[in-house]
Amino acid sequence: MMMQMVLQRIAIGFATLIVVSVIVFLMTSVLPGDVAQIILGQSATPETLAALRKELGMDQPGYMRYFSWLGNMFTGDLGISKAGGATIESLIGGRLSNTMVMAGLVALISIPISIALGLWAAMHPGTWLDRFVTFGTLSTISVPEFFIATILVLILAVELHWLPSTAYLTGEENFFELLGALAMPLITLVIVVSAQMIRMTRAGILNVMSSPYIEMAILKGVPKRRIILRHAFFNAIGPIVNVIALNLAYLVSGVVIVETIFSYPGLAKLMIDGVQTRDLPLVQACAMIFCGTYVLLILLADIASILSNPRLRNPK
Amino acid sequence: MEKEKLLEVRDLKISATNDDGEIIPIVKGVTFDVHKGEVVALIGESGSGKTTISLASLAYTKPGLHFAGGQALLNGEDLLSIEPLRTRELRGAKVAYLAQSAAATFNPAITIGEQVTESAVLHGVMTQEEATRRAEELYHALELPEADRIGYRYPHQVSGGQLQRLMAAMALCGNPDLMVLDEPTTALDVTTQIEVLKAFKKVIQEENSAAIYVTHDLAVVAQIADHIVVLYGGEIMEQGSSDQIINNPSHAYTKRLMAAVRPTPQSGLGTEIGAEHDRDLPAVQVGNMTAGYGGIVSGEPKITILRDIDMDVKNGHVVGVIGESGCGKSTLARVIAGLLPQARGSIKLDGKELEGDLHGRKLEELQKIQFVFQMADTALNPKQVIGDIIGRPLEFYHGLKGRQKHAKVVEILEMVELPADFATRYPMELSGGQKQRINMARSLAANPEVMLCDEVTSALDSIVGANVIKLLTSLRDRTGVSFVFISHDLSTVASFADEIVVLYAGRVVEQGPTNEVLDPPFHPYTRLLISSVPELRIGWLEETMQKREMAVGIAKDVEITAVGCPFFNRCPMGIEGKCEQESPPVRNLEDGHQISCHRTIEELNQAEMEIQQVLHGYEKPGVDDSHPTAH
Amino acid sequence: MNENKSTKEEAVLAELDAFAELPDAPPKRRIKLSWVGKLSVAVVAFWLVMCVIGPSIAPFHEMDMDGDDGFMDAHSNEYGTFHLGTDYLGRDTLSRIIFGARNTIGISLASTILAYLMGITLGILAAVKGGWIDMGISRINDAILALPTIMLGLIAIAWLGSSIPVLIGTASIIYASSVFRIARALGQDIMVQDFVEAAKARGEGVWWIIRSEVLPNAAMPLATDFGLRLVFVVLFISSLSFLGLGVQPPASDWGSMVRENLQGLTYGSYAAIWPAFAIATFTIAINLIVDDVSAKSGGSLAKKMV
Repeated sequence: MMMQMVLQRIAIGFATLIVVSVIVFLMTSVLPGDVAQIILGQSATPETLAALRKELGMDQPGYMRYFSWLGNMFTGDLGISKAGGATIESLIGGRLSNTMVMAGLVALISIPISIALGLWAAMHPGTWLDRFVTFGTLSTISVPEFFIATILVLILAVELHWLPSTAYLTGEENFFELLGALAMPLITLVIVVSAQMIRMTRAGILNVMSSPYIEMAILKGVPKRRIILRHAFFNAIGPIVNVIALNLAYLVSGVVIVETIFSYPGLAKLMIDGVQTRDLPLVQACAMIFCGTYVLLILLADIASILSNPRLRNPK
Repeated sequence: MEKEKLLEVRDLKISATNDDGEIIPIVKGVTFDVHKGEVVALIGESGSGKTTISLASLAYTKPGLHFAGGQALLNGEDLLSIEPLRTRELRGAKVAYLAQSAAATFNPAITIGEQVTESAVLHGVMTQEEATRRAEELYHALELPEADRIGYRYPHQVSGGQLQRLMAAMALCGNPDLMVLDEPTTALDVTTQIEVLKAFKKVIQEENSAAIYVTHDLAVVAQIADHIVVLYGGEIMEQGSSDQIINNPSHAYTKRLMAAVRPTPQSGLGTEIGAEHDRDLPAVQVGNMTAGYGGIVSGEPKITILRDIDMDVKNGHVVGVIGESGCGKSTLARVIAGLLPQARGSIKLDGKELEGDLHGRKLEELQKIQFVFQMADTALNPKQVIGDIIGRPLEFYHGLKGRQKHAKVVEILEMVELPADFATRYPMELSGGQKQRINMARSLAANPEVMLCDEVTSALDSIVGANVIKLLTSLRDRTGVSFVFISHDLSTVASFADEIVVLYAGRVVEQGPTNEVLDPPFHPYTRLLISSVPELRIGWLEETMQKREMAVGIAKDVEITAVGCPFFNRCPMGIEGKCEQESPPVRNLEDGHQISCHRTIEELNQAEMEIQQVLHGYEKPGVDDSHPTAH
Repeated sequence: MNENKSTKEEAVLAELDAFAELPDAPPKRRIKLSWVGKLSVAVVAFWLVMCVIGPSIAPFHEMDMDGDDGFMDAHSNEYGTFHLGTDYLGRDTLSRIIFGARNTIGISLASTILAYLMGITLGILAAVKGGWIDMGISRINDAILALPTIMLGLIAIAWLGSSIPVLIGTASIIYASSVFRIARALGQDIMVQDFVEAAKARGEGVWWIIRSEVLPNAAMPLATDFGLRLVFVVLFISSLSFLGLGVQPPASDWGSMVRENLQGLTYGSYAAIWPAFAIATFTIAINLIVDDVSAKSGGSLAKKMV
């Protein structure tokens, strides 16, 4: 039963990826204008145009091009950037790992903070500290990521001179320099991602807290700590894991903004540059990486909530 | 000989604070005692404050409520003024609570064993090993199956009746001085309720514990309580020994409550229907009908709910459909109304075959069959005023508009005994009983031939429900409408239905005129149902229970089977090798009385004689039933 | 004493006979806003008014480079007073914020309304009709929801270039998918309610059921969601503008104003802070109103724990 549901989710996740790839391919292929024409410019002769089209596979029908593009994606052959003609793999390589390092660090810092604060707020509803956390997180999720980043730059870089306002890497920094450079984007993302996670953790626990079995535990004389940690948390764990995965997926959009503000050489910055120069093969590749990660995380969230359901875990 | 006082409640007052900050008194000065080894019942209808009072003995109020005065002394310690930390020591150790719905009060993520022993271990009453052993003893005492293994299961893995008993084990595990039982059998089917009640009574006697038993059901109270407190609107109307309250009530409200209790089903109680509405053709005929959910493959739905149903609804008659939860009685109404097309068989209205799907039915056919839903709360659109709710069928079927429509709305409101100015109110502004009347008024407005009433009194208090039944009867007499009255409550059905259809696991096991169905010979399931309805008589439980199981069947999960008789696994007279393999034949008796059983009528009559012997044989030794509980 | 008792009994019985049971639910509760909620309403109202009359009361035109220099603090010159200083081109920051309200809020509002029209129509249709229509729309919708919004925005702009119609179109389609999901869920919840079953059993048509039963009951939750959705759209449009892919210069818009003036931060200019602050006041205020209006979150039981 449970296995079946998990497999079903995986199948749906896979199907979604296929649909996503079709959308990405369609949106970036059915362009106004002829790519070969754009590459070769106005002076191109019909012969060279035809040759280039053949080379690019443009003479083939759309679905054939889609399948060969998809096949190439899977084998890691991401194509050639329009700007400069470098292979996209080479452009993406280092950038991808930079983004992964950042996202990993954000997850590592924000998950424990969020669960702890969310739990704490749920344990003391209505106190001024709970209200402060509620208001603070509500405000944070209400404002754009760049607002947080701008305020942080103003305070930490401009006024206090504690941290650099950009995170440009040369590749020769030592550990502390690296940490200093990464600090601003990290803090921004941690604040943005944690706010959402804290709110959802708190709401998840409070939702469980209003169920009759919690009242029963109170009437059995069970101490508060145990009510939260044993009775409530175990039932809220599914929703919480779900929240974590969803918010890590949400990092995708945060990363886009933050990398731009701090000129962090990550994948998102690369993609924005690609959009600005309308370098479509590059946008395609980056979009597929981001969307794939996103779909994967959503899938993990789904599976986590299935696995944490006691009814499914212990069938009749 | 005065027993030692355990709990003394003195002039207890509890108030609520609403959203506007106004304070509303809920409990207005209540005084009563609970002695050691005594069961005190708090009886009242919704809004009487009975649950609120009972929770005070745990030093607890529901969110939004607060203590406003008085005392509740547990062993001399005032629960209303003790330290919060002290309440934690008392709860579970000295006073234990048993809630109405065990399904909701067991934590789904923790094993039953841990939850049962948790409180005793946390309070240091015993070690985990001792508690586990004690729990197993209790499982045995409560007659739970697989007592050594059930503790390792999760709540969703056991049945509702078992869970209710497990909650009793949870309450008893730490040897509390006082148990608070809040409507512990209300949510259960009648055949399960009696098992649970019996188990409760037995452990309460064995453990000699004191208890507060909260309920609205006088018949249940008569079986279990020593002392009864009658509550209305947060005040005590009357209190006294069970004997006095049951046999000699003095307060008018108590008498009213007693009058609203339906008499135990027996023949000769139903109203005899006059012949003036009789016509040759039945209003509705259901022929060999099978229905269920999921795709239909060669006349068999994926999940079959009803199988081979045959029944007639005569003009101007009330047909009671009786059965326990999950037997398919609501589905039957949905099929007749066209909400769920049948997989096989036919539905006829005035002799004319109806389309299964209501989209295929004519407006006139739709108008003639009206459905009244169980919960008036959800059956009335909260965003429409009563005038629009009742007015819509008038407009839709009869084309009435404007003043004409309004006049008719007022007339219909009158029919259901409600004032005309209700037309401008919203459903939310009405009480439960009033909403149920509006619910019926909407169907009446269509001027139907048949009204399908699905459990229309189950959610109502007994007095309110009794009034609704009275209204139904007078409507039937005045308008000649036929009713299909669906209920799980045999006494209600028996008191005013002309015919009864007994459903079990999706099949008709017995049907016929009320008097015939309630007289022997019985189908074994009908027999079980009849003997499970508590009588408003002290000592009934002891009498019935002793020999009941062997005589009339045992409480087990209902199995829905495709072949054979579905009741086989619970039947005391099943024939192995036959009943579970072949569908039982329909045995026809006089007046259209039908029993579907492999046993012959002679065998069933014989069995009934034996049951009577068993039941009455117990009475003979001369047990004085005015003193129900010996300690 | 005895007399007393019997009058009390009579009173109880009279109450029962008069059918004076208490209504199950308290009479309609008016929406009561806390002072925070009232303040938030004032803030939102202020910005909405600015969208309409802003350009006629702003001290300067959004494109006038009348300031003494770029990134100046508050100062006055022969053209007037620059209350919040100037931006990187010497334009009045305050005026640009007032003009920008019309772009930022206007585009967002238009997108949200459009998203609602699409989302509700399709969502209710899917809920009421069910079957293949529901399956078809839901699958496409799932695919859109499976993509990060900013990615969809980036791809759309890479494809079509940036202009106000493209922005509104993209945002409304992206957010219509969330509206669809909510409208469909709400519709499905309402469709299985007994009062809808009753209407179906009566033989009512689909259109009547939608108009009289479904929409009145879905209105309030959808209105609350509209507020949340509007916030998301404002953030989305501002983020795109901030990336330089939204509203194009020289038109003013809060997101692009932050981007243009970002380097001013290092010179101590607040020209980038003010527009960011404007966004924050608008979005936080909306969220606070929504928070105030929607039911109080649980926690009443939590307070009972010892």
